[in-house]
Amino acid sequence: MMTNLLDVENLWVKFPTRQGVFDAVRGVSFTLGRERLGIVGESGSGKSMTGRAILRLIRPPGIVEADQIELEGVDLMQKSEKDMRAVRGQRISMVMQDPKFSLNPVMTIGDQIMEAYRLHSKASKSEAYAKSLEMLEAVSIRNPERVMRAYPHEMSGGMGQRIMIAMMLIPNPEILIADEPTSALDVSVQRQVLDIMDRLVKERGMGLIFISHDLNLVADFCDRVLIMYAGRIVEVCDADKLHEAQHPYTRGLLNSLPRLDAPRKRLEVLQRDPQWSTAPSVSGRI
Amino acid sequence: MSMLTVQDLNVWFGSNRDRVDAVIGASFEIPRGESFGLVGESGSGKSTILRAITGLAPDWSGAITVDGQQIGKARPKTFFKTVQMVFQDPYASLHPRHSVDQVLGETLHLHGFKDIDSRVVKLLDDVGLGQKFRFRYPHQLSGGQRQRVAIARALAPEPALLLLDEPTSALDVSVQAEILNLLADLRADRGLTYLMVSHDLSVVGHMCDRLAVMKDGEIVEVLDVAALRAMEAAHPYSKQLLEASV
Repeated sequence: MMTNLLDVENLWVKFPTRQGVFDAVRGVSFTLGRERLGIVGESGSGKSMTGRAILRLIRPPGIVEADQIELEGVDLMQKSEKDMRAVRGQRISMVMQDPKFSLNPVMTIGDQIMEAYRLHSKASKSEAYAKSLEMLEAVSIRNPERVMRAYPHEMSGGMGQRIMIAMMLIPNPEILIADEPTSALDVSVQRQVLDIMDRLVKERGMGLIFISHDLNLVADFCDRVLIMYAGRIVEVCDADKLHEAQHPYTRGLLNSLPRLDAPRKRLEVLQRDPQWSTAPSVSGRI
Repeated sequence: MSMLTVQDLNVWFGSNRDRVDAVIGASFEIPRGESFGLVGESGSGKSTILRAITGLAPDWSGAITVDGQQIGKARPKTFFKTVQMVFQDPYASLHPRHSVDQVLGETLHLHGFKDIDSRVVKLLDDVGLGQKFRFRYPHQLSGGQRQRVAIARALAPEPALLLLDEPTSALDVSVQAEILNLLADLRADRGLTYLMVSHDLSVVGHMCDRLAVMKDGEIVEVLDVAALRAMEAAHPYSKQLLEASV
C-alpha cells in the first residue's frame, strides 16, 4: 500500500460574482502518493485552481472549502496564514506556467535562488551560493556561474523554466506542483525539462502534481491521470491506459488531436454533453 | 503558377556589432492552392519569414514574388488585398476597445469596400460566429472565438494567400480542432493558399501538403507530408524533431 503524501477531500473553490457564486472547482477528491499525478483538462476546467487551492494561494474574495487537505496527516485548512508560509516552498512548492512572469526582472538569478534558499534555512551566503550553483547544475544549465550573475531577460524560455525548477527544488519539498511547466516551451526543450523533473522526482522520492492541457504529454510522463471538466473530475485512469479511456469527454479530447500516423480529412470536434458538468465528481483517492 | 516564391531571403535585425541574422538564404516556392508549413524551434526564424513577407521586418534582402509581382521595400495596396496574416495570440492581436464590428468594418473600409454592413454579416457567418457576436468586445469572447474574429479580419479583403503564424498554439486541443477544421474548409471553399508556421509537427502534418524544416535561420530540408508521416526525414535535425514529437 502506497503511503499518501496528500489527501484532498471534497475541495471547492468559489468566486462570488455579480451573477452569483461561480464554482471553479466543485467537490474534487484525490490522493497523492510518491507518484506523478497528472491533471488534464481544457482552460477553465479548474485544474490550475486545484493546484493553487492546495497551497491556499486563492485570495479573497475567492473562497476555498474542503473537508480536508491533509499533508501527511496534518490538515492544511486548519493552519494559520503564518504556518502556511512554512509549508509553501518548504514542503509543497509550485512551478508556474510562464517563467517570464514568475522571475523578478530586476534581481539577478543568483540573488533570487539564494533568497529562496535562505528564507527556508539558516544557511550563510556562501553556503547558499554553493548550493545554488549545485542546483543549477542539477537542472543541466551550462556555465552556472554566468547564469547566477545574469538577469531573467537574458535567459531563454527553456532556461528560465529550468531556473524556476531549480529554485523550487532547492528547499527539498515533498510535493512539487507543476502548473503547465512546459507549455511555453518548444518540443525539444520540453523533453529536457521533463527529463530533469522526472529524474529529480525519482531521486528524491517526491510527489508530483503535473497540471497540463496536453494529453499525450501526460500519458507519456505521469503514472496516474485525473481528467477535469467544468470543475469536476470526470475520469481517473492510469496514464498508460489513457488512450483506452472511457469517458466521452476524454475520448473527445483524444480524438480532436491531429496525428501524424493516422491522417484524417477532418478533425473530430468535441460535442459537449451538459450532463458531464452535472454528474458527480469521480474520486481520485486510493 | 506559383502563388509565392521566396528566393535567397536574408532577414536581419540591428546593425554592426548587434546584428542578428534571423533568416539566412531561405528559398521555397508555393504553388497556388497549396498549403505549405514551416516548422522549427523558437528562434529558428520561421515567424520572421512571414514578417518579412508582410513588411513587418524592415531589413531583408533577396527576392519575394507574390502572384507574379516582385515585392519591393514599399508594398502597393494590391499587395494587402492578396496577402493577409493571422497572428499567434488572439488575445494580443485584437484591439481591446474596438468591437468586432469596428475591427471588421475598419478593415473593409480601408480596402475600399462599399457594402460594409452586409460584408461584416457574411464574414461572421463564414467563420462560424454569427450575428450575435457582431457588437461584442474582445474581452467578451473566448480564445477560439477571438481567433475566429482574427481569421474573419484576414479574410475581409478577400486575399488569395493567408499567412498563419501559429494560429492554434494558444488554444485548447478541442478548440484547436475547430479552428483547424475552419481553416481547412475556408481553403477548400475559396481556393486559398496557406503558409503556416507551427512548432507542432502533427498540426502541420494535418494541414499542409509540404513543409520546410528550419534551424538557426536556415531551411535545412523541404519535404512533403507523406515523407513526414513515413518518418523519412533526411536531415538529422528533422529526424530529431520528428522523434521528439511522436
